[in-house]
Amino acid sequence: MQVPILKQGAYLIATVQSALTDEDLRQLRDALVGQVSKVRARGVIVDVTALDVIDSFATRTLRDVAHMIKLRGAETVIVGIQPEVAFSMVKLGLTLEGVATSLDLEEGLAYLNRKGNGSGYEVRTHR
Amino acid sequence: MRSALIADEVRVSIDCDADIVSARQKGRQLASQCGFPSTDLAVVATAISELARNIVRYAVRGEVILRLVDNNGQRGIEVVAADDGPGIPDIGLAMQDGYSTSGGLGLGLPGTRRLMDEFEITSKFGKGTSVTVRRWKR
Repeated sequence: MQVPILKQGAYLIATVQSALTDEDLRQLRDALVGQVSKVRARGVIVDVTALDVIDSFATRTLRDVAHMIKLRGAETVIVGIQPEVAFSMVKLGLTLEGVATSLDLEEGLAYLNRKGNGSGYEVRTHR
Repeated sequence: MRSALIADEVRVSIDCDADIVSARQKGRQLASQCGFPSTDLAVVATAISELARNIVRYAVRGEVILRLVDNNGQRGIEVVAADDGPGIPDIGLAMQDGYSTSGGLGLGLPGTRRLMDEFEITSKFGKGTSVTVRRWKR
């Protein structure tokens, strides 16, 4: 099951449609890391609303995606982790430390817009 | 205490990535028939995923057996993940958070124990491993 990746402005959006095997997850990781430089994306959203399980392998792969994309100079946000999935992840001991998460696609886009001001260049604000 | 089997068991043979997904989907389906709430369905499916992946990763092939069980009126689901792979040389170590011999996160076994109500593991070095877990309906 391949995950479609859409380009929207400076962002890539990958929407998971159904359960993913380990191989599907690896393919998604490689596709995103490859695409991000090809289209010069500034941000990546991975929408996992459709996933009813995020186990240790999925967590590690999502974390790897975020860290690899960070090294390519772009931001990643994981959106749509379902409440019962979050419960199981925490019980299992899984965290997405260092990875941005948002409630849904809309919030994820807002997060990336705040991060990069939507222009494709990061604007640093001092508090 | 031995709990009674209340329906036919479901056996899923495990020897590739895709079998991990199919085992956890069948487990979720069975738990759903038993009337588990959705949080528990995710918990059971996640535990099955971890146990089935251990089979693929360490033993190459094995089997996941899913059963609905009854213990004096309390209903639950029992999952047995069995293989005749190399076995676990040190179960104590394998049950520690963060210990992995395969470059994984090392959370599979200890995490599965936290997810489920009951957890039993037997492993014979060179002969195989069997993990039995149960989750009871609240």
